[in-house]
Amino acid sequence: MTTTDPRSMSTGDLGKSTSKFKPNLSKRYQLDNIFRALTWLAIFIGLAVLAALIIDTIIDGSSRLRLDFLTSFPSRRAERAGIASSLVGTMWLLLITASVAFPIGVGAGIYLQEFASDNWFTRFVEINVSNLAAVPSIIYGMLGLTIFVQLFSGLTQGRSLLSGGLTLALLILPVIIVATREALKSVPDGLRLAGMALGSTRWQTVWHHVLPQAFPGILTGTILALSRAIGETAPLIVIGAQTFIAFVPNSPFSSFSALPIQIFNWTSRPQAAFHANAAAASVVLLVVLLLMNSTAIYLRNRYQQER
Amino acid sequence: MQSNTAVGTDFTFRVEGASYYYGSTLAVKDVHLDIPSRKVTALIGPSGCGKSTVLRCFNRLNDLIPGAHVEGKILFNGTNLYDKKIDATELRRRVGMVFQKSNPFPKSIYENIAFGARINGYQGNMDELVERALRSAALWDEVKDKLKASGLSLSGGQQQRLCIARAIAIEPEVLLMDEPCSALDPISTLQIEDLMQELKENFTIIIVTHNMQQAARVSDMTAFFNAQQTDRDGKMGYLVEYSSTESIFNHPAQQATKDYVSGRFG
Repeated sequence: MTTTDPRSMSTGDLGKSTSKFKPNLSKRYQLDNIFRALTWLAIFIGLAVLAALIIDTIIDGSSRLRLDFLTSFPSRRAERAGIASSLVGTMWLLLITASVAFPIGVGAGIYLQEFASDNWFTRFVEINVSNLAAVPSIIYGMLGLTIFVQLFSGLTQGRSLLSGGLTLALLILPVIIVATREALKSVPDGLRLAGMALGSTRWQTVWHHVLPQAFPGILTGTILALSRAIGETAPLIVIGAQTFIAFVPNSPFSSFSALPIQIFNWTSRPQAAFHANAAAASVVLLVVLLLMNSTAIYLRNRYQQER
Repeated sequence: MQSNTAVGTDFTFRVEGASYYYGSTLAVKDVHLDIPSRKVTALIGPSGCGKSTVLRCFNRLNDLIPGAHVEGKILFNGTNLYDKKIDATELRRRVGMVFQKSNPFPKSIYENIAFGARINGYQGNMDELVERALRSAALWDEVKDKLKASGLSLSGGQQQRLCIARAIAIEPEVLLMDEPCSALDPISTLQIEDLMQELKENFTIIIVTHNMQQAARVSDMTAFFNAQQTDRDGKMGYLVEYSSTESIFNHPAQQATKDYVSGRFG
């Protein structure tokens, strides 16, 4: 029984406590603080390294971050070399990859989550989709080379933007499928029941109620998957992206270069001047990624608030 | 045990020896139930006795649960519910449902009601339909100035009445209500109970409720279900007694019924 004589209640004084408990509060608070400090250190180290990397890159590339960098083509002279062709190539790839991966990935995710019955075949497909998300990107490059560049060369015209875009689409397809499924899973079942109970078909329920609710999550997942695709170098090298393109690609069937390829190429040159170019191009790539991720976050917040 | 059902009425549903399974597990065994038209039938009983399972099978919403199936016969206006001729989607237009936790669509109040009508191909004036449904659900006066507001902006009781309006807008024959008031305050509950008395002039109502006083207040017929332990640590439900509400509450035939309605267990 705790004696709580009101007259002895000062700030923090709860009176004599029973001898059954030895709370040892000061030691526990100490541990608490140590833990808090350690976790703070963890995030500090992570952020500090990231900040150092970005700042270092910006400093290295600052001499080349000018408008003409964005509008010039690659050149043997480092001061004249720019990323016009590779930047446009990256944009093209983004467009092709998104147009292919989004409908197929979201469609597959909807089927697996809303329509497929729970049998061995469905489970087999699910396991394989999850595994495919972990396959190294260079393997996708080899797949793209064999199928898109060689087998379907009549359709894709060989080492073209189309082949590159299709390969990247394959790469991020499992990620989009998983993101779609997670978004659909988060829609409460009551919504589906309400729709079905009114006499909707399965598809009507999905299209009118489930999808709109899941859309922010699907969109965010897609944009994040696309930003991963933009940074991929290995599969594009295997596909045969060029490193020295002196023209802006104007059709999906043209040969192409991309920002990561250009960065890779400039980094491997011995001249220090090219390293500055590589740093500047990295900054541009980072800006593109930042814009995409910010768009994802903005869209997600906007859709979530509308409801 | 079924004593005499209401005499001289049509029966919307006749459950003739139906057993309800989830996979290989028997959830409710051997139910005999005749649901009279244009009356309120209450299904009462302790938790786990399968009342919601029985209710959900009337509009075949249980089909959505993998492995759920029914053995035996359930007749809807004379036709077997699980007959190949019966289309589950069409059935659900004719047998509506209101759920325990109100689930209005995240759309406007108008759209909530218009949606069901639209997908079922309603040919008439939508504005009139929405107004009629809201009036029948005793919600029109409260929302007539804000039909474009989100359905989710309403209070709990209003949301549930919106769900009722949504269900009756497509003119079903039956309204299934799965503990519609359990998440509501007493005043909203009474409003919905009064609503049920009006609605039963046009609809057959089957209500599952945990609240015995509610069953006594609103229903004409009451079915008491109970649950027994199975050897696999599960519960299996069975129908104990089905009779007019007056009989069940005042002179039940089974001791278990008497114990339950007097509050001795459950």
